[in-house]
Amino acid sequence: MDRRVLLAGVGGLAAWTALRPSPRALAGDRTPIVLWHAMSGANGEEVDRLARDFNASQSEVTLEAVFKGTYPETLTAAIAAFRAGKAPHIVQVFEVGTGTMLQAGPAIKPVWKLAEETGLALDPNAYIPGVRGYYSLPDGKLASMPFNSSTAVMWYNRDAFEKAGLDPDTPPATYDAFAQAARTLASKAPTPIASTSAWMTWIQFEEYAAIQNLAYATENDGYDGLGAQLLINTKPFVDQLQRFMDLAKDGAFKYAGRDTAPDAVFYSGQAAIGFGSSSGRADIVKNAKFRYAEAFLPTEPALNPNPNNSIIGGASLWAMTAPKRSEAEYKAVAAFYGFISTPEQVALYAQHTGYVPVTVAGYEATKRSGYFEKNPGTDVPARQLSRGALTPNSRGLRLGRLPEIRAILYEEIEKALQGQQTAQAAMDGAVSRGNRVLREFQKSARG
Amino acid sequence: MRQGLLRLVPHAVMILAILLFAFPIWIAIAGSTQDSAAIARGEISLLPDLSGLGVYREVLVQGSSGAGPVWRALLVSAGMALAIALGKIALSLPSAYAVTFFRFPFRMTAFWLIFLTLMLPVEVRLIPTFQVMSSLDLINSFTGLTIPLIASATATLLFRQTFLAIPDELVEAARMDGAGPLRFLRDIVIPVSGANIAALFVILFVYGWNQYLWPLLVATDPKLDTVVIGIVKMIGVDTATEWNKVMATAVLALIPPVAVVLLMQRWFVKGLTEGDK
Amino acid sequence: MERRTLFPGRMLPALLILPQLVLTLVFFLWPAVQAIRSSLEREDAFGTSTEFVGLDNFADLFGDPLYVAAIGRTAFFCAGVTAVSMGVALLLAVLADGELRGRAFYRTMLIWPYAVAPAMAAVLWVLMFHPQIGLVGAWLNRIGIAWDYKLDGTQAMALVILAAAWKQISYNFIFFLAGLQAIPKTIIEAARIDGSRGVHRFRTIVLPLLMPTVYFLLVVDLVYAAFDTFATVYAVNGGGPGQSTQTLVLKVYLDGIVNANIGSSSAQSVVLMAGVIVLCALQFRFLGRKAVT
Repeated sequence: MDRRVLLAGVGGLAAWTALRPSPRALAGDRTPIVLWHAMSGANGEEVDRLARDFNASQSEVTLEAVFKGTYPETLTAAIAAFRAGKAPHIVQVFEVGTGTMLQAGPAIKPVWKLAEETGLALDPNAYIPGVRGYYSLPDGKLASMPFNSSTAVMWYNRDAFEKAGLDPDTPPATYDAFAQAARTLASKAPTPIASTSAWMTWIQFEEYAAIQNLAYATENDGYDGLGAQLLINTKPFVDQLQRFMDLAKDGAFKYAGRDTAPDAVFYSGQAAIGFGSSSGRADIVKNAKFRYAEAFLPTEPALNPNPNNSIIGGASLWAMTAPKRSEAEYKAVAAFYGFISTPEQVALYAQHTGYVPVTVAGYEATKRSGYFEKNPGTDVPARQLSRGALTPNSRGLRLGRLPEIRAILYEEIEKALQGQQTAQAAMDGAVSRGNRVLREFQKSARG
Repeated sequence: MRQGLLRLVPHAVMILAILLFAFPIWIAIAGSTQDSAAIARGEISLLPDLSGLGVYREVLVQGSSGAGPVWRALLVSAGMALAIALGKIALSLPSAYAVTFFRFPFRMTAFWLIFLTLMLPVEVRLIPTFQVMSSLDLINSFTGLTIPLIASATATLLFRQTFLAIPDELVEAARMDGAGPLRFLRDIVIPVSGANIAALFVILFVYGWNQYLWPLLVATDPKLDTVVIGIVKMIGVDTATEWNKVMATAVLALIPPVAVVLLMQRWFVKGLTEGDK
Repeated sequence: MERRTLFPGRMLPALLILPQLVLTLVFFLWPAVQAIRSSLEREDAFGTSTEFVGLDNFADLFGDPLYVAAIGRTAFFCAGVTAVSMGVALLLAVLADGELRGRAFYRTMLIWPYAVAPAMAAVLWVLMFHPQIGLVGAWLNRIGIAWDYKLDGTQAMALVILAAAWKQISYNFIFFLAGLQAIPKTIIEAARIDGSRGVHRFRTIVLPLLMPTVYFLLVVDLVYAAFDTFATVYAVNGGGPGQSTQTLVLKVYLDGIVNANIGSSSAQSVVLMAGVIVLCALQFRFLGRKAVT
């Protein structure tokens, strides 16, 4: 090994020990703030790009972006740091952590409060409905800063549709049409698997409820109080599970695991229809060897003739508190919020990452840039998030420990798909177990 | 004839085991030279594509989207792994020696206290340990990174087991020769435990090398990312991953531990070559 | 389990043990006390509101039939991982210890899988065993074996045990080999001259001398299976299908890290800790004594 490399290594280690005081102290009178995030790969580079551009755009604040692992790991790091009095200024938290963060009381500073204190002008109505709904309080004030948002769509293999005699330009728009198409695909078998779904719990139940205007839980999906009870053992939800059980029995649907695990089954060309997140686009563009398209999620006209907006996935930014955190630091956080909510930055961020432009102005700016034309289908997620009227059933879910509730639903669904229980028993089980989790959370939040 | 065939059996078992064992690693090696999209689709060829070897240069010098150059991460990892391995041995050898060869008040209490630390899952420890480090002002420092990982019971337990197997006659003889406890430690105990120390060093080096959660929590300067954190950073969330680069980095990350194994082999085989004089 | 011959003195041993004791107290005992304390509390993730609830968290756990079922499943999982990794490793170590041509090569090849980064190991296991896109998984389905661990609990359990044992085989191999090397060859030689052969010689001469190592590995493997496997299990199938691969430590991980439910997660750790301590104490009694006398 080269001696210089070794020396550099030793130097690096020495620098490590000498790291404090932070290098930001050298930044003169600029206020240093830190953002902890969970973005890896190209999306991690994009966060660095945002930080660089923000720092270059003004001379008051220096923002440092730090990768802290997966979403749960980032949240754990923030919790540990907060308990030690060293919370980062901003932390990125996944959407299902929203309920937990809202109960964090003095640990967080909601966007509306930050705006009030620092004079930041931020209109919640600037955000597209699906985004606004998820991150605002019942009175419409923003709690956290929308950042990376996606939604669920139906990806399909155009080549396979053609081979099976289906029209690739009119993808199934209702669940009945989807079931029929899946059966056709299964019998003509242009691909080994007719259909699969990533994120079963989010897409086939949470999104399903929002679009069909069904309540997922009492208390307006938890927005109005911690006493929410799950409602997913009612007929529409049981029927929805039964539909997938029937399709699976007929070989027209294949359960391929939890969360994003089934994505690879679609882009490898194994499945002709793959429900998934709109943020899976980069993977599909890079890996699929067939012609693909994305479509709105199917609807159920019998339940709701005017389908609602879909709900988001992704994450938002939360401002955190710490002892001795100065007004200047909160001002700096507000400055960054202001920067990322300008139409240009919203549009740029969306185009660089494949997430949805979160503001109406950002959507328009993206449209003007010609991006949607050049990348057909990329407007589908934002259009689906803006469809119809935002109702109490389509804002999102405000349930504590939502990841745990999802895991419970996964378990019950899997047992049903294995043939160990009926659809009704599965949803009953999910409700009783899920409600226990909700009661636990309620107690801990009050405590 | 039968004899000859019988002699082949161990070789057959060994080769089979190696094939099964090394298969995942072979996939990583072969995969690193191939097209990222093919890997994502699960269409990896078991034959490496030699024209794709340039990826190694690329990740070493430039890194990959989301993570810096790998050579730096390798150095950071090596520093951390060495510190943890040496620190653990330096700490646990004397304490195991004390517990085994002396009798003093609360001897077994001390041993059990150390032993119990095995039973505390990392996740539970994370938040309180972070608080301790924070109040000692060791967050974001090399000391903060390594010290909590140095204090563990595995090594103490192993040394105790090894020391218990040292025949009493040896201790007796040493005492008759007038050897004090420190000389006995140096002249008898350490040489006798040579193979185990070597084995332990290998294990601890790899243990330190593969640490993820704690470094992630305690260090925040991206320049000081270890290679494991680098790999996690490369595996994209909501974005396409450059799988060939991920695999190349994983293969590069194997080299230092393999080098350690090769280096330690000499002590491993000591028993065979000079153990029986 | 006591040595008969000991060195005198009190200062020296105290000095020798002090550094480790101090670190243990600061980095393990203190957090352990914290864990026990928070197992008796209910608090929100950020610790802004805390309430003492006595044994509520434990009562909740044992009142849940699914948790009780997970205890049995975890015992099975731990036994499986320990048996597979120790059995295979011992066989390989004995072979590698013998007068085998090319043994240095074999040895290296068997040790280095241990070095694969955990983050990568999970990816590799999926690339091998995924029912549709995995090299091995897709091949199994092609030759007519219905391999689908996403919906088959037994297969999922087998895969998880294998994935967890894989790394540990190398670990055990290293120590078995070192243990075998430490056995004086004169003893083996003497036994050979006495006409003791093969399996019999192994059972009567080698194995007793190897017992300290066996005991050490038993403890380490058990602790590994009980505490350190959550990342592997989580990566393979998230505890599913259903709950068929949900082990206690995975639940600790999910509740502690993913759900930020610190009270329950601490209570579960205490239960897990107690369980493993009892097991180790039993081992100490039955195996430990034999191992050192």
